[in-house]
Amino acid sequence: MTRLLAALAMSMALSGVALAHQFKVGPIEVGHPWSRPTPPSAPVASGYVKLTNGGAETDRLVEITSPIGKRAEIHRSLVQDGVATMRPLTEGVAIEPGATVDFEAERLHVMFIEPTRQLKEDEKFPATLVFEKAGSVEVEFVVQRRPAPAAPEDHSGHGAAP
Amino acid sequence: MSGVKLFRIATWAAIAILAGLLIGFSGILPGTGRVDEPAGSGEARVGGPFTLTSHKGERFDNARLAGKPYLIFFGFTHCPDICPTTLLELTDLMAELGSGADRITPLFITVDPERDTQQMLADYMTAFDERIVALRGTPEETDAAVKAFAAYYRKVPLEGGNYSMDHTAGVFMMDGKGRFSGVLDIHEPREAVLAKLRRLIEAG
Repeated sequence: MTRLLAALAMSMALSGVALAHQFKVGPIEVGHPWSRPTPPSAPVASGYVKLTNGGAETDRLVEITSPIGKRAEIHRSLVQDGVATMRPLTEGVAIEPGATVDFEAERLHVMFIEPTRQLKEDEKFPATLVFEKAGSVEVEFVVQRRPAPAAPEDHSGHGAAP
Repeated sequence: MSGVKLFRIATWAAIAILAGLLIGFSGILPGTGRVDEPAGSGEARVGGPFTLTSHKGERFDNARLAGKPYLIFFGFTHCPDICPTTLLELTDLMAELGSGADRITPLFITVDPERDTQQMLADYMTAFDERIVALRGTPEETDAAVKAFAAYYRKVPLEGGNYSMDHTAGVFMMDGKGRFSGVLDIHEPREAVLAKLRRLIEAG
């Protein structure tokens, strides 16, 4: 028992920097909204979430607003044939029943345009996510350098850094 | 130059070309698809003359890099993930390389000089290792630089008068003779990335 508690305490300590946080609206769970630090004068900032639909119907993330930027869009960045591209998803992001849409894994990001300030590590900022069926939910983005620690299928190698 | 030295150089060049081809064919690494592979003659087609302006306002051309290995990648600041992440990773790598890092110059060439002004880049670059140089040019200079590295970029109009830029991905490694020596995937395990950079520095 003592050993179990020690292990638990250890794992909590290790994950301490960016403890996962989540929000819920209707059957939609919004997992660990996070954003990368920005350089000074950066014209854009990023945002990532994990959306899980526990309901029986497909829902859709249709809008994001935040006081951190003039407006927000959802984009997909891809590297195909050695060329990086980025396109807005004008139809929003569909979340099938029982499915999870992990922005980081699917190369999606929220782009906050013309951020009002430079984002620094460990800061937080609020945003509102609007779903077609579930309605809107207030969330908080945490600014961190790397993807959330609890991403099991992260092959990006970021975790290998010392 | 002695025969042995010549042989050594030729061997390393062959290894670099082979490595480049292997990386190109593996399909694992991003950023290699449209990069023209070095031709069979041993002359790399990636790497050529360019003249641009640094974020500090100095004219910066390929002659300045003579005898020095360098890294080069294309991007733009209206990109919220890949570009700043690459700059941050390069910042970390420069710190981890220690004194060897002084012998390598990472270059970030903007493919969006219209929005990435020199003043803006000067501010932006304060967040990263001071040895990393951001470069911009007129549309003609930008075209020439992109062509020199057999790279690609394109302005993509979006709704509302906005636009995005498509561009060649990946960090190119160039040796001290200005020859292409492969693409660096900064998402590989850190030790592998550091080992590649150390080899590039040692080869000079």
